[in-house]
This record gives sequence, C-alpha cells and structure tokens, in this order.
Amino acid sequence: MEIFRSHVLVCGGTGCTSSGSVKLVDRLNDQLGELGLDKEVKVIKTGCFGLCEAGPVVIVYPEGTFYSHVQTEDVDEIVSEHLLKGRVVRRLVYQDKGDHPSVGKSLSDIEFYKHQTRVALRNCGVIDPENIDEYIAFDGYRALTKALTEMTPQDVIDEVSRSGLRGRGGGGFPTGTKWKFAAASKDDKKYVVCNADEGDPGAFMDRSVLEGDPHAILEAMAICGYAIGADEGYIYVRAEYPIAVKRLNLAIEQAHEYGLLGQNILGTGFNFDLHIRLGAGAFVCGEETALMASIEGHRGEPRPRPPFPAVKGLFGKPTNINNVETYANVAQIILRGADWFRTMGTERSAGTKVFALGGKINNTGLVEVPMGTPLRTVIYDIGGGIPHGRRFKAVQTGGPSGGCIPARLLDVPIEYDSLIEIGSMMGSGGMIVMDEDNCMVDIARFFLDFTVDESCGKCTPCRIGTRRMLEILNRIVEGKGEEGDIEKLERLATTIAKTSLCGLGQTAPNPVLSTLRYFRDEYEAHIRDKRCPAHHCRSLMQYQIIDKCRGCTACARVCPVHAVSGEVRKPHAIDQDKCIKCGACYDACRFDAIIKA
Amino acid sequence: MKSIAELEEIRKRTLQRINLRREDKESEVRVVVGMATCGIAAGARPVMMAFVDEIGRRHLSQVTVSQTGCIGMCRLEPMADVFLPGEEKVTYVNLDADKARRIVAEHVVNGRPVTEYTIGNAENNKQQA
Repeated sequence: MEIFRSHVLVCGGTGCTSSGSVKLVDRLNDQLGELGLDKEVKVIKTGCFGLCEAGPVVIVYPEGTFYSHVQTEDVDEIVSEHLLKGRVVRRLVYQDKGDHPSVGKSLSDIEFYKHQTRVALRNCGVIDPENIDEYIAFDGYRALTKALTEMTPQDVIDEVSRSGLRGRGGGGFPTGTKWKFAAASKDDKKYVVCNADEGDPGAFMDRSVLEGDPHAILEAMAICGYAIGADEGYIYVRAEYPIAVKRLNLAIEQAHEYGLLGQNILGTGFNFDLHIRLGAGAFVCGEETALMASIEGHRGEPRPRPPFPAVKGLFGKPTNINNVETYANVAQIILRGADWFRTMGTERSAGTKVFALGGKINNTGLVEVPMGTPLRTVIYDIGGGIPHGRRFKAVQTGGPSGGCIPARLLDVPIEYDSLIEIGSMMGSGGMIVMDEDNCMVDIARFFLDFTVDESCGKCTPCRIGTRRMLEILNRIVEGKGEEGDIEKLERLATTIAKTSLCGLGQTAPNPVLSTLRYFRDEYEAHIRDKRCPAHHCRSLMQYQIIDKCRGCTACARVCPVHAVSGEVRKPHAIDQDKCIKCGACYDACRFDAIIKA
Repeated sequence: MKSIAELEEIRKRTLQRINLRREDKESEVRVVVGMATCGIAAGARPVMMAFVDEIGRRHLSQVTVSQTGCIGMCRLEPMADVFLPGEEKVTYVNLDADKARRIVAEHVVNGRPVTEYTIGNAENNKQQA
C-alpha cells in the first residue's frame, strides 16, 4: 500500500459537486502529474464537510488547512504554492465571519466546527466513501464483528436500549424498544428497513450521511438484522439523491466482496443481504407504513396502526424500520458502549443530533451538536448569525410538521421533549432561520401549501381540511382576511391533528398553530389593518420613493412595467396602479430612497 | 470472503495510510522539510521523499511529513525540522537522502537527535534553534 505525504480532500457532497468540485479533482490530478507530485500527494473525494456555504471545500492534510470557495483557477496556485513549496495560499483559507483574518486554520480551530460533536457525521469529509478500506481503517465493521462474535442478539438490544438512542427521523421513539418488539415477534422471515426518504424542505442530513459514510448504514442494518433475527433489508432512498444511490450501490457491492454482507458473514453463520429501493419523491412515503407499501410495489399510502411494523410490516412480516441518522449512531454505540453514548446529550435525549442549517444564516450547512445545546449556540456560534446585520425573528424546526420558535425562546435546549413543549418538534433536523423580513403568516402558508401538495388523499381531514386552511391563509396574505379567520384556523387545525390517519396529517397544522401562538399579532395586522408588518406580502405593501431621491433614474431604468416616472436629478415617483411589486427598483437604488411601506 | 483477522489486517494497513487526516495529533511526530525555491534547488525533494519512504517502510503511522517555506538560511539547505512531542524542535541542515534515513532511524524512532547534522553543529556549535 502506497504512503503519501499529503492528502488533499475535496468535498464530493451534493452541495460542493454542484458548485464544481468534480472539476477540481481532475485539475488537481492533472497539475500534480505535471509537476511529478502524483507519487507524493493523493487526492481523495470525500463526503460532505458540512460547511456547504463555503463550498467547494478543499482540505490539505497533514496540516489540515481548510480552503473554501475553491475554483478551478485556484487549483494551480494550491499545487504550486502549498503542495510543492509548502506555502499556504492565504487568500483561499477559510475565515470565520467577523473574525480577524487568520491563516493556516485547521478544521478544529474553525468556529463552525468547534462547538460540534460529530458522531453520525464522524467519517463525513474524512474518508473516501467509495473505498471500503478507509471505512474499515476508522473502525468500520468492528462493531459488527463485536456483535457477531462477543454478543448475543439480546446483548445488542440491551446495549442500544441502555444508550437511550431515540429515532432521529423526528418521532423520537426509543430505538432499543423498537428492536425489542421486532425481536419478540416470532416468524420465519423478518426485515430491516432504512428510511432514507428525506423529504422535508431544506433538510439534507440523511443525504450527507449516505454520501459521506454509506458503510456505516450497511453495518448498522446488519447489526440490527442480527439483533432482531432478520436476514434481509431494504434501503428506501429518494431517486433525487443520485450521488447517495451510487455510493450505496458501490458500498453494498464492496461489502459483498469482503463477505460483510451475504452468506455466513465473517464465518459466523450469520446471513444478511441488502437491497435498494428508489422512492419517487412523494413526501408521504417517509411515513413508515406508506414507505413499506411503496417497497412492496403498491401506491405509497399509509395504513392505520396497529398492527405496528414490528408485528406486521414489510410483506406482512415483522419489520424494524429506522431512519438513516439513527442507524448512523448504532455502530458507535456497540463499539464504545451505551455509557459513552450517554455522556453526550441530556437525560431524556442522549447523544447528538444533526441539523441542516438554512435560510437567513451566514453558515449554511450541516452541523452536529450534542442534544441539549441551546438553539442560540447553533444559530449564532456555529451558524455565524444572521447576514446583513438583520434581526433574528424565528427559527423553524421540524419542517412541515414542526413549528416556529421565536427569539425569546432561543435559550431552550434542543431536546425532543423541550421542543414539543414549545410547540415545535425535533423533526428530522431541518432548521430554517428567518429574519425580520420574513412574514410569519406567509411562512405558515408556505408549509401548508407543501403539505396540501403532498397529502396522499387517503383520509378526509388531511385531504380536505388542510386545503380549507390553505384557502384561509391565502386570503389573509392577499389582504382579504376576515374577522373569525383565526378561530376558524384553530378549529380546523385541532380537528385535523386529532383525526388524520398518519403523521403527515396529524402534524400538518403545526406550522400554523405555532405561528399563531407566537406571532398572533402578525395575523391580526393582516386581517384587521390589512398590513404586513414584515412588508413581505405583496398585496399588503407598497414601494415608495422618499425625499432622499437624487433623480439618478436607476429605478426608472430597471422597472419592467415603466411604473417609475420623474425627471433627471429630480425626485421620482411610483405609479402604484402600474407597480407589480417586483422589487427591482428597491434593489437598484443606491441612495436608500426607496422604502417598503 | 474475509476473516476477522484479515479485516483487522486491512484496518491496520489502511489506517497507517490515512492516519494523517486525523485531527487529534497530540502524540504526533512532525518532520517539516524546507521546500522553498532555495530548498528545492539544493535537493530538498529527494530528502523529503526519503523521509516519506523511510517512515512508510517502518510503519510509523504517528509521523507526518510536511513542508515549509524559506526560513532565510538558504546556504544551509536542504533543511528539516523534527518535532517530537514535548521536546524542543531539532533543525537539521545540509541534508541528503541518506542523512534523512538516518534521522528517521535514530531521532524519530529512538529519540536520539543526530547531532552531527544539526544546525548547531554546522554553525560551529553556536547554539541556535
């Protein structure tokens, strides 16, 4: 095996790939070959580093220099300066926002990583996900070996139970208990299923794990199979994740070659095999019974529970189904023990949680923090705060099933139970940050629009109830809200939550309920005063030119409907009848003379 | 199909290859070779390759080889610094590939600096570092 003095890690996650990281790999290899460095320096394409905002990301080891926003043109300089002469290319080194420029920063010095504890993401951005040997090097398949050779299935279940691991898909059901139920069901055939149908808008935690560390999922599913007595498993993954699908397929192939999947694994007599099923993007297929129906080839619709999957699941057989991130913790728990796992997080929520940070935040990306970390740490210390000096308004957690958390609750620790208490939920880990320009009524409308679209239509409350709610919200943002609308929304929301068949419908009203709870005044302003306090809703706002106008004509030139008039060097005016509120003039004005009112 | 022993073998072998990506480097030994224009012109590249090769051959997974720029004493190139945990760095000068291999054997492995190649010795025992 060849030893290289330096490794150049290029992020091959979806974010960095779409900003051109594949070209970087090619260019690096070309340049290294040209300078005769190809025997000294190795280029490795890894999974997501998490700091997607800074992509494409390149890390040079052994120094650990973290380069951000690397373009193809920059590659030659990195090769000729850093890799040939050992001089760090300062202008490309990542800098913490607002910090003094500092150079030679390695991963562990960066503010974004300092507050993180990476368990599920431990290998993401560290190993080459397409090389099973690298996974093995960082203790891969040791947990499976340990389970098969030193533990009974009951031991495995006990260890997972004692760890306090709870479902990371959002529900938070204790994983050990789930495994225990599946193990207790007597049948000649059982299944292990991985739910990788990540559908929340803005969430990409599972995608990153699958792309960056696919073997971790394979190993955990095999361990689960051993624990519950299953010999076959399915990974249900979205077809919209082509990189994840490709790496999963490759990983399964490699694991077969090494005898880590298939018959008589590691000579222990344990058999386990895995298949991949691609989801076609229906949100409801993230619901476990709908997901299993889809694997079976039926229409992706939920069915009432009980019977729970542990009793009657896939193809009518006892089935254990967990989310990607849940599985990503399993091997570490087996290897390092439940007590180690419990040292992280809180009493009732052990371990860590991965979040996809998005919206109005400086460091868009993927973060993993111990449970119990206050939201403030995630948003300000790791996320780097709100761009353009705007004021934080709320953070939406839990996607279309979750709720908005206002600024005054930012110090609430992130835990399953504490988030539910304040009207949101953990969800799968999407975290969308909103600033003062976001209208909370419109946010609620956006999420409800999503659930109306994605409702499978099987049960009435979800199919019709959410649509009625959306109609009311549409009316409100258009300035046609009526007295009594809020009460109507509340009544509908409560009914839908109580009577819907599956989680999709039961949680669909949450975005509305939580915004009503914390931002009722915004609803009232829309309905009574026909005013949108955030100046976001088009029907309820105007662009106006104030006396700061110097008559530069910039606004008049960009207006697509010629609504701006005025003479050169004299204040201009907007014809409100013509204005389509596109905001082009607002962006074009250099004198802050155009305001939203 | 792999046995458990084979798996462990793969683990050790690969770890040695990729260990330099670990962030926890407390127990790490570092060899830093001067690779500015002056160093390269004086033959730093074969020196560095000798370090890399010797360290690989001896399976020293806790040792990394990296480069640095010119530190201003171009007449003494090729130069290299060796950092052992908890000890002061030792600067070697006027290196070649054979000297590099000897430094790995005596200093990196056995912890005894090769005094005859150090900068102190080259500068007539004037103590610098």
